[in-house]
Amino acid sequence: MKKVKAIILRTAGTNCDKETAFAFEKAGALADLVHVNVLKKDKDILKSYQIMAIPGGFTYGDDVASGKVLANELKSSLKKEVSSFVKSGKLIIGICNGFQVLVKMGLLPNTTSSGGLNTEATLSLNDSGIFTAKWVYLKKDKESKKCVWTKSLPEVIHMPIAHAEGKFIPRNEKVLASLKKNGQIVFRYADSTGTLSGFPHNPNGSIDDIAGVCDPTGRIFGLMPHPERHISYLQHPNWRRNDPDDSTMGIGSKIFKNGVNFARNNL
Amino acid sequence: MKTRRIEVRDKKGIYDAVAEGLKKDILDLGIKSVKEVEYIQVYTVRGNFSNEKIKLLAQDILADKVSQECNYTGGFKFKKSKNIRSVEIAYNPGVMDPVEESVVKAAHDAGIKDLVSATTSKKYVFKGPLTEDELKKITERLLYNKMIQHVVSGREGQKEVAPYKFERVEVNLLDATDRQLKKISIDGQLYMSLIEMKAIQEHFRSIGRNPTDCELETIAQTWSEHCKHKTMMGAIKYNGKYFKNLLKETVMKVTKDLDKPWCVSVFKDNAGIIRFDSKHDICFKVETHNHPSALEPYGGAETGIGGVLRDPMGTGRGAKPIINTDVFCFGIPTVSSSRVPKGALHPKRVMKGVVSGVRDYGNKMGIPTVNGAVCFDERYTGNPLVYCGNVGIMPRKFSTKKVSPGDLIVAVGGRTGRDGIHGATFSSAELTHESETISSTAVQIGNPITEKKVLDTLIKARDMELYDAITDCGAGGFSSAVGEMGENTGALVHLEKVPLKYKGLKPWEIWVSEAQERMVLAVKPSKLKKLMAIFESEDVEATVIGKFTKTKKLKIYYKGKEVSDLDMGFLHDGLPGVTRKATWNKKKEDKKALPAKRKDYTKDLVNVLSSWNVCSKEWIIRQYDHEVQGGSTLKPLIGPENDGPSDASINRPILSSYKGIALSNGINPNYGDIDPYWMAASAIDEAIRQIIAVGGSLDRIALLDNFCWGNTDKPLQLGGLVRASQACYDMAKVYGTPFISGKDSLNNEFNTGKKTVAIPPTLLISAIGVVEDVRKTISSDIKKAESYIYVIGKTFQEMGGSQYMHSRGKRGGVVPRVDAKKSVRTMKKLTRAIASGSVISAHDCSEGGLIVALAEMLFSGGLGAEVSLKKAPRGNDITRDDVLLFSESNSRFIVEVPEEKKKAFESKMKGVPFGLLGRSKKGKTLLVKGLKEKTIIKANIDRLKSSWKAPFKKLMHEEG
Repeated sequence: MKKVKAIILRTAGTNCDKETAFAFEKAGALADLVHVNVLKKDKDILKSYQIMAIPGGFTYGDDVASGKVLANELKSSLKKEVSSFVKSGKLIIGICNGFQVLVKMGLLPNTTSSGGLNTEATLSLNDSGIFTAKWVYLKKDKESKKCVWTKSLPEVIHMPIAHAEGKFIPRNEKVLASLKKNGQIVFRYADSTGTLSGFPHNPNGSIDDIAGVCDPTGRIFGLMPHPERHISYLQHPNWRRNDPDDSTMGIGSKIFKNGVNFARNNL
Repeated sequence: MKTRRIEVRDKKGIYDAVAEGLKKDILDLGIKSVKEVEYIQVYTVRGNFSNEKIKLLAQDILADKVSQECNYTGGFKFKKSKNIRSVEIAYNPGVMDPVEESVVKAAHDAGIKDLVSATTSKKYVFKGPLTEDELKKITERLLYNKMIQHVVSGREGQKEVAPYKFERVEVNLLDATDRQLKKISIDGQLYMSLIEMKAIQEHFRSIGRNPTDCELETIAQTWSEHCKHKTMMGAIKYNGKYFKNLLKETVMKVTKDLDKPWCVSVFKDNAGIIRFDSKHDICFKVETHNHPSALEPYGGAETGIGGVLRDPMGTGRGAKPIINTDVFCFGIPTVSSSRVPKGALHPKRVMKGVVSGVRDYGNKMGIPTVNGAVCFDERYTGNPLVYCGNVGIMPRKFSTKKVSPGDLIVAVGGRTGRDGIHGATFSSAELTHESETISSTAVQIGNPITEKKVLDTLIKARDMELYDAITDCGAGGFSSAVGEMGENTGALVHLEKVPLKYKGLKPWEIWVSEAQERMVLAVKPSKLKKLMAIFESEDVEATVIGKFTKTKKLKIYYKGKEVSDLDMGFLHDGLPGVTRKATWNKKKEDKKALPAKRKDYTKDLVNVLSSWNVCSKEWIIRQYDHEVQGGSTLKPLIGPENDGPSDASINRPILSSYKGIALSNGINPNYGDIDPYWMAASAIDEAIRQIIAVGGSLDRIALLDNFCWGNTDKPLQLGGLVRASQACYDMAKVYGTPFISGKDSLNNEFNTGKKTVAIPPTLLISAIGVVEDVRKTISSDIKKAESYIYVIGKTFQEMGGSQYMHSRGKRGGVVPRVDAKKSVRTMKKLTRAIASGSVISAHDCSEGGLIVALAEMLFSGGLGAEVSLKKAPRGNDITRDDVLLFSESNSRFIVEVPEEKKKAFESKMKGVPFGLLGRSKKGKTLLVKGLKEKTIIKANIDRLKSSWKAPFKKLMHEEG
């Protein structure tokens, strides 16, 4: 069986790279941690991967705005390579800071599927004004069928967030309407029953409770919660209260498996 | 060269969280005239660029297209009105602003190569009829700290600093009188005693010359209390007893006596090292950063955590930091401003600043902060305590280091500036209302991303074995780092090679600067090229600044001119020993000092739960990322709602393994007022029992000591320190828990100008336990209804320093004792009971006693209980319900045992005191019957939980 290769892009301030690589490896991929300087020097190496992951962290200190400096760097130096990576049907996932990077590059949500990298949304400071770490419930949108990363996930899942700038704001009503129409909204913050109920269940004030979106093809996926921090029941806050079981607890691993399986079967 | 100003603000209709938060803080100051606040981020950029480029920079990079708008033509315009006032805050020259570097990088990436430099400032616009005085109050209390910032008035000039022109400066010690020696020490902020100055004078007389400024600074730094621990490592006469070296005869001795095979390196390196598994060792260190945090809470705490992270990085040949812990002591955050002494910041401001500092640095380094504590006492107002700790992990072969003559000295990481000069010596000084003006260079701001880059590359270089030794630049900067590494060899340094942040530094300033994020390596010349390539590949600055020699001399040059030629022997062993006097007068502990009895103690339970020391610290905990690295398996907040208090935390550093690290702490300054001996004993018992409560074992627990004391030149203060140290020996010996590292911070006093306020004697004990299998560990939230609830351990009438006495406005009483032998027996049995699965929840009894522990377990788990105190094991002297409920006797646990395990549990615990309290119940009612079988508490657990959460929610204006 062919090994799927995932590139875990890192730079100054990336800090969830190792556990993201671990999650991909557990899902059956080969994961390489690659510094952006290395990629900039040898741009062709991107071609040898089927999956690109931008992990969590505080790239360049989140100075100016979260994810902004890395987004600008990728746009300036690797636009062509990333575009052809996307065009060839490969997969990208951005987690937390990685999501911020994808949104600020314009790779997400990209409702018109244009290659022009337009800014259609942002992730800005939580309404609370402070960094917040907690476990949240996510409701999967029934319309998000195209998202290859979240296939066959249960309707409500539990995952941790840890961010200061996670408030998703679409540029205007039209973008929000397109997101809905295209089935690009993948996860919304909800309560444990899957009911949308605002703060504190929506921890940051995201418009329409949006926690994660994909592009119109469903292959590029970004989310604020950290699936790589929930790939074993031992990471769940309440495994001592329930039957520890990696198929429901450890649900984040499903996301990595979906990505790896898709890449194996299609790329 | 052009200078252009770019302003960025949120668009209308976007919720501005910064401005809204500020509005609440302004209301807190009692100012009601501010109707609206607008926050503007300002960038001032310099370079030769076109208008097109400025537009690109402003619109595409600095502003967010979706949520923000920008102005690059001189700034947003406002109506001229006396109801609109603005203030702009910028960093002082020389203070590090991490954003500057990122702006330059982003501009260059985007093709704006002509941009030379950038600075940032923050502008606040206030709308409403506020007065000039109100604006001044808001500015000083909320917007800036003059230690590091200033109010921008008019145009900021770019100051060109003149380069330094070498001049050899010698200090005339040879002919100095005693008075002059004292003056040299004070004026130079050297904080050395006359005896020490005389020893230096004598040394230089013997070699027939005066010391240079650089040599004198080096000696002052090396001999500082901070670096040398001369009080605790010195001779002390105490109540007829003589210690040649207090620390070696107490805390360090117990480790030697216990001689545990899993102790790898103790009291030697930057952190204590113990064995983790067959392939890895772990190391642990806790430091304090009190005085800087008093003056500039954010920067002080930030550099506190940044500094302690470099300890594991500089232990052995470098460990990777994996877990953070932090413990703070603050003044009462609701105190009225008029009661805060001049020169001190308000405790709420200190707390917010300290928490954000630890948050930003720890989170940005990607290290989970999972454990901590906060104590409140008014005596911490002028002198808060900030303890930061870190655990690191490394492959076993990297637990040692070796410096050899011929190795190159390589400085890695941040550049050197004037920041932090005299930090090492300043920490020995008493804080005064004037400290803010004298010591401002001792305050620094950190850049976590620089440190993260250093860490990433160091681990790579370590794994390739490209260097032989490493240490961090902490207090004392290069002086301390190179001085210590070269102690047994000798070193030669060329200071002009050190990369600087700006020009104008004198050689001695470069040498003792405590600029952050720097490490020093010893590197074989043959490996230099490979090593430098690794740093370069990730944009980390590294420079060869000299080499280790075999001369046993510390030789320092600046552009070929000698500025130091010190004998390593004198530098490290020349400190004159003095014998300090210590005494102790036992305080009377009055058993009868109790408040009036009551029929019902529900309200008292609520009061204790909502006291500052017991209440929920969720507001702080949630600001720390406790999940990063993926290893957290027992979190700081627990239960179905994830909001109950946990005991020890547990992390799995290796994601493919079930082995874990349990971390906990014990601290209780209230007891120290009565007797530091029993305070220390209680702190040790508390730290250990928290690890036992989650399923850890006494077989694999190590301890750290962190003493924070008042001025120990005062015999009574020193006597307390001696007693606490004695307790460390006595207890650890019986528990079998070696100390592996520690630190002390003395002189924690604040002089208000009228009087000196000493902090209460405060000993933090941090405990680390290796857990064989995390799957067998438990948490403290009650799991189900109809379980049996037991108390383990005996309660005595020990109400001294208790939260209950405090809540009823009473003082005095008997301080809790520890019977270590009995405690060990209890703990061993409980460990086995937990391992066998008969206990499904356990919580230790600490502040607030038995009833607080039980209430916390219930409201964490969301269940009620019916219990009676009748079977609680107790001393014969207990006749009152409130004593049994609230006494803070040590070595006690509350446990939950499922119905079917009752027998198994009781047989496992045979031989130690335990009693059945009752059963957990469906529903939300906690019902407690007293010794006479009458109901003494009836409470709804959800209400108890909200009272427990109330203080911080109210303080921070949170909803719900």
